[in-house]
Amino acid sequence: MAHESNTVTAAPESLLAAPDQVSQREITAEIHERHAAFGRRATAGESLPRTMLDFPPYRSSILRHPTKNPKLVDPETIELFSPAYGQRDVAAVESDLTLQHAGEPLGERMTVSGRLLDSWGRPLRNQLIEIWQANAAGRYIHQRDQHPAPLDPNFTGAGRVITDEAGRYRFTTIKPGPYPWKNHVNAWRPAHIHFSVFGQSFTQRIVTQMYFPGDPLFPLDPIYNAIRDQRDRDRLIGAYDHDLTEPEFSMGYRFDIVVDGPNATWFEPDEGEHP
Amino acid sequence: MTKRSETVPPKTHEATAGQTVGPFFAYGTTFPKKHEVAFPHSPGAIVLSGIVFDGAGAPIPDAMVEIFAADADGSVPRARGTLNRDDHTFTGFGRAFTSDEGHYEFWTRNPGSVTGEAPFFVAIVYARGLPDKLHTRIYLPEPSPALDADPLLRSLEPNERATLIAQRTPAGWLRHDIHLQGEKETVFLAY
Repeated sequence: MAHESNTVTAAPESLLAAPDQVSQREITAEIHERHAAFGRRATAGESLPRTMLDFPPYRSSILRHPTKNPKLVDPETIELFSPAYGQRDVAAVESDLTLQHAGEPLGERMTVSGRLLDSWGRPLRNQLIEIWQANAAGRYIHQRDQHPAPLDPNFTGAGRVITDEAGRYRFTTIKPGPYPWKNHVNAWRPAHIHFSVFGQSFTQRIVTQMYFPGDPLFPLDPIYNAIRDQRDRDRLIGAYDHDLTEPEFSMGYRFDIVVDGPNATWFEPDEGEHP
Repeated sequence: MTKRSETVPPKTHEATAGQTVGPFFAYGTTFPKKHEVAFPHSPGAIVLSGIVFDGAGAPIPDAMVEIFAADADGSVPRARGTLNRDDHTFTGFGRAFTSDEGHYEFWTRNPGSVTGEAPFFVAIVYARGLPDKLHTRIYLPEPSPALDADPLLRSLEPNERATLIAQRTPAGWLRHDIHLQGEKETVFLAY
């Protein structure tokens, strides 16, 4: 069964560079044009998703986004459930990315903490959150990352946690560096942490990225700007929170995640439950 | 899952926007036997596999596919063990990374139905270059009144309908390609 394809496929890393390699100025202009056009369509009453799938400034999306509108369906049976997790599925050390090796990783130690909520603000407990990120020098441990920045033998950059009874999570990690990529000439991603989150229903599943306040790369980045509305983009920025900063240990950021419940995911609270 | 309500109050919180999974998700989202929804040597275990294609018909080597489905008797798995495979619990959930040839595969079982609806796998596709996740369904191919009556399938043109129905192989396994774009573009869903 395996490998049914008869075509000779290109090595994946060879696909990472966009063929046209335009300047940042051109990419930034394209981002502005697209945002203006989305704004006009929204004003005209069109219902647009928060993240635009058709966003050519992000060059590798050109052949990878659907061209038809998604079909609106009522979630049924299995779609209203999600995989079951429990507190024992993940070890405590998995949420501390600075403790996974013999030595301490280099960089600015930080904690990121927040709550997982649904569209009605109710905490989602016992849900899996996975993160992955570059190290302090902006290098991913993935073998296809060819950025000539040092790997850190004491940092993998992957963590997992299960949300607690109040929907809270907390990771200890190192602040990731900005990361160069080959979307266009001199393309740099703002520093970010990838988040993968489950909800109560499979329709609520989300993969996103958390960014850091005040990053000068925000207006230049085609991935961040695939989100068409500034308010939605702002919501992906972790807030510096001095109350989460630990004395002589780590800087604290707060990042709450809200999964989108279609109305079908609204359920009456269990008896005795007070959300 | 608790009691379904008739009256839904207005939403109070704006949802977090999705972003691409990027090129380097593998080390952050992997876990042992993640594609083994059912133990390969258990009764009824089959392979569900296919290729994820882009709009030029090229296989996508850096995509991730997730499935979630009921067991063969239609029961929705509620047992923990989604992350820690014990080689006998059917957890319903699986995750696969595409190979250099764009190929994904799962060991799973044919989903069943308790209430008579046409059974399907729900699937989500993620990829580098795909700005957000894509939801779809994978239906079993065997003709049945339930399949004919399925509200989603009934609403589609025949060529669209075909993109949601797997093919049965001679071995009794399932084959299902996913096209993110192009003439055979898979039908994706919004809820």
